Amino acid sequence: MIKKSAEKIYTGLIVLFMYAPIVTLMVLSFNNSKTRAKWGGFTFKWYAALFDNQAILQALSNTLSIALLSAAAATLIGTAATLAISGMGRRSRAVFMSVTNIPMLNAEIVTGISLMLLFLSFGIRFGFGTILLSHITFNIPYVILSVMPRTKQLNPSVYEAALDLGASRFQAFFRVVFPDLLPGIVSGFLMAFTMSLDDFIITHFTKGPGVDTLSTKIYTEVKKGIKPEMYALSTLIFLTVLILLLLVNYRPKPQDAAIPGAERTQK
Amino acid sequence: MRKKMSKKPESPRISYFNQTAMTAPYLFWAVAFIIIPLLMILYYGLTDKSGAFTLVNVAAIATAEHAKALWLALGLSLVSTVLCLLLAYPLALILARRQVSQQSFLVLIFILPMWMNFLLRTMAWQTLLEKTGVINAVLSFLHLPALNLINTPGAIILGMVYNFLPFMILPLYNSLTKIDPSVVNAAYDLGANGTQTFCRVIFPLSIPGVISGITMVFVPALTTFVISNLLGGSKILLIGNVIDQEFTQAGNWHLGSGLSIVLMAFILVNMVLTGIFDKNGEGTAL
Amino acid sequence: MSTRLIDLQHITKTFDGNTVLDDLNLYIRENEFLTLLGPSGCGKTTTLRIIGGFEKPDKGTVWFNGQEITNLPPNKRQLNTVFQKYALFPHMTIAENIAFGLKIKGKTKTYIQDKIKYALKLVNLDGFESRMPDSLSGGQQQRVAIARAIVNEPKLLLLDEPLGALDLKLRQDMQYELIRLKNELGITFIYVTHDQEEALTMSDTIVVMNQGYIQQVGTPEKIYNEPENAFVADFIGDSNILPSLMIRDELVEILGARFACVDKGFGENKPVDVVIRPEDVDLVKPEEGTLQGVVTHLIFKGVHYEMEVTANGFEWLVHSTDMFPVGTKVGIRVDPFDIQIMNKPESEDEEAVVLDA
Repeated sequence: MIKKSAEKIYTGLIVLFMYAPIVTLMVLSFNNSKTRAKWGGFTFKWYAALFDNQAILQALSNTLSIALLSAAAATLIGTAATLAISGMGRRSRAVFMSVTNIPMLNAEIVTGISLMLLFLSFGIRFGFGTILLSHITFNIPYVILSVMPRTKQLNPSVYEAALDLGASRFQAFFRVVFPDLLPGIVSGFLMAFTMSLDDFIITHFTKGPGVDTLSTKIYTEVKKGIKPEMYALSTLIFLTVLILLLLVNYRPKPQDAAIPGAERTQK
Repeated sequence: MRKKMSKKPESPRISYFNQTAMTAPYLFWAVAFIIIPLLMILYYGLTDKSGAFTLVNVAAIATAEHAKALWLALGLSLVSTVLCLLLAYPLALILARRQVSQQSFLVLIFILPMWMNFLLRTMAWQTLLEKTGVINAVLSFLHLPALNLINTPGAIILGMVYNFLPFMILPLYNSLTKIDPSVVNAAYDLGANGTQTFCRVIFPLSIPGVISGITMVFVPALTTFVISNLLGGSKILLIGNVIDQEFTQAGNWHLGSGLSIVLMAFILVNMVLTGIFDKNGEGTAL
Repeated sequence: MSTRLIDLQHITKTFDGNTVLDDLNLYIRENEFLTLLGPSGCGKTTTLRIIGGFEKPDKGTVWFNGQEITNLPPNKRQLNTVFQKYALFPHMTIAENIAFGLKIKGKTKTYIQDKIKYALKLVNLDGFESRMPDSLSGGQQQRVAIARAIVNEPKLLLLDEPLGALDLKLRQDMQYELIRLKNELGITFIYVTHDQEEALTMSDTIVVMNQGYIQQVGTPEKIYNEPENAFVADFIGDSNILPSLMIRDELVEILGARFACVDKGFGENKPVDVVIRPEDVDLVKPEEGTLQGVVTHLIFKGVHYEMEVTANGFEWLVHSTDMFPVGTKVGIRVDPFDIQIMNKPESEDEEAVVLDA
């Protein structure tokens, strides 16, 4: 009993640690005082001001379009690559997976400057396009890693059965194989979208003057003080996602049938 | 002598469409945006402005200022990694034993916080750590002396632990849930008590997760420049800050690349270590 | 007879509101090979895990050699388990696996070395000391798991469907191996399986379980030849279970025909169930049989023919070395001692009969 409560308290403390700054930001978004340092009473004015702040709205639109486009492109390229990799021999598969792992294991700063050097050397103008290309690059591995387990679970006979029953290769793939891969593809897309949204370092090195995402905008504001509208915007984004997640998770789920006396793990 | 002979069945190999057509886009992308850029760092790092080969940029790591930044980064990231491991292991054990659903846990610890911008979350610690911040307010309420928290190496460590803790929890949790519960029962059955079971069976079997977690925390901690910027004031320079400045302020790409090569050497050591412990290439990370 | 090594008294266990064991009483004698037999979900594995210490009963007590061990953790019990999927430590060599329990007990190096050698010889795996578990076949891993358990010289070995993952041939070999081991070591075995053939081959005593209740306890011969209820009869081997009427002692009416039998004491004109094993049904010329029927199915099974004979609206399962083509009119005869009479359950609930060992 004591052990159980200790476990609960420990888990609670870690979650508190993870969420303390988030709560802080939410509180700050309602702070009437312009400085973070003191509480000046409750207000909604930053939420109103947010919608008049063209710079922030522009950064938000950049952030969302880059996240959406890069996640979509990465999902397309990554899914095709996963299917190809899963059909490869052991050796070429190992080579491809090692290359895929580079952006995951490498430091973001190194990935960032390497892309910066690439664009510089080939005279590509820095801006929206360079950010997009960079985001696609670091997003592909997330898609591959989330679709790969799905391809390993596939039963090849199912695809062959579809062919046997007269489907074309194209039909067989989209009617039989694709539905099995879909959960992996969706979670890969969402992962890529989230990663792109939260990225600062790689954007920092590959953006051009005048183009800002929320991250780079916040970074330039750090020195002069962050506009409270930014807290309001973050709170809105966070709450939207939270509500969406709750909606998705509280859908009725099929209950797993409990088998009495079946193997049980120790408490 | 302990060579593992894995005889796992090959996963099904089937090519759905034209193999070349499917591979081509990613192959192109990987070469153009992963491999060539890394070669560019090597090129810039090993040449001077005239394009002649030189080791000066790499050797520059030995100058007092750079060496200090590297040692500080190494020290802080090592401490952070150890702290992450110590904090994450008990949590991963608790979660693995409860058999919480991987999905909901992943979302709570890992995904959801990311929707609050990483810079803002780190900034928020300023509010909590400041002289007039929340933590000191609590301390003074309890009649305890105020702490000087912000702009210290300690604050940077806290920022690192905060940002990278999920990267430690996840692989640990994954490796712990892979342990067959009957193996743990077998240890008890053969007379081992809780501590003995942990030391001789559970911990050794979780080592792939530990290694993977260490890599996932150590690399970003070693190379960060944002956390040190936000929580360390401008006084504390890590190797990441030095490289960032060479690129974005000084404009000396050759020096910046040279120093990056040194960083990459550390990362490479890390990758090799992970490779040794993760032979199946399954990856315990995600 | 010899003393009770394990005594389970009034054991009740529920998981999430499902009663898995209900007031179970069972004892195991020293040096016995006892098998818990039943379909999945019957509570046999839970019973084993309670003896092993991996589950605590909600009610009731567990006794070991006269001492109560209900709340003793597994590592303090003088017994060892061979797990269903071997549960070898994947990061240790075979020798290290076998040495595990001995090292915990602080035995000397030479003692441990000797024991490893002895145990590997016993399970026919000499020279496997430095191999890793995943380089071994399923059968070999199973032998290591047994070796790892017996080096600790337990008084009692618990085996949880240890042969379930092996293929048929290997399973039969391992059955003989286990009997040999049991005789050489002279320790008590409690064996869990859902395979009735395995149970009949190896056990001194079989405990048939269903839905958390013990259905029958007895020697393999007794369980097979004299099942106490329809569940046992049906679960152990093929059988014809026929609703019948006990006319008086030693006379039973089956499907309208009267058969002589050897059972007494069921009363007069009492409805009963009758079990007749397929190999005990004799097919004769129609005029010589007690009942007349027609062969409707015929399959060649190797050692015998399996036939279905429809007689008085019932499909009889018959095993015979003589072949009767489909459509043949035959007579059915059963020797009196091959007819097993069982009391009819009075209600649905009672189908899971509570029986104390």
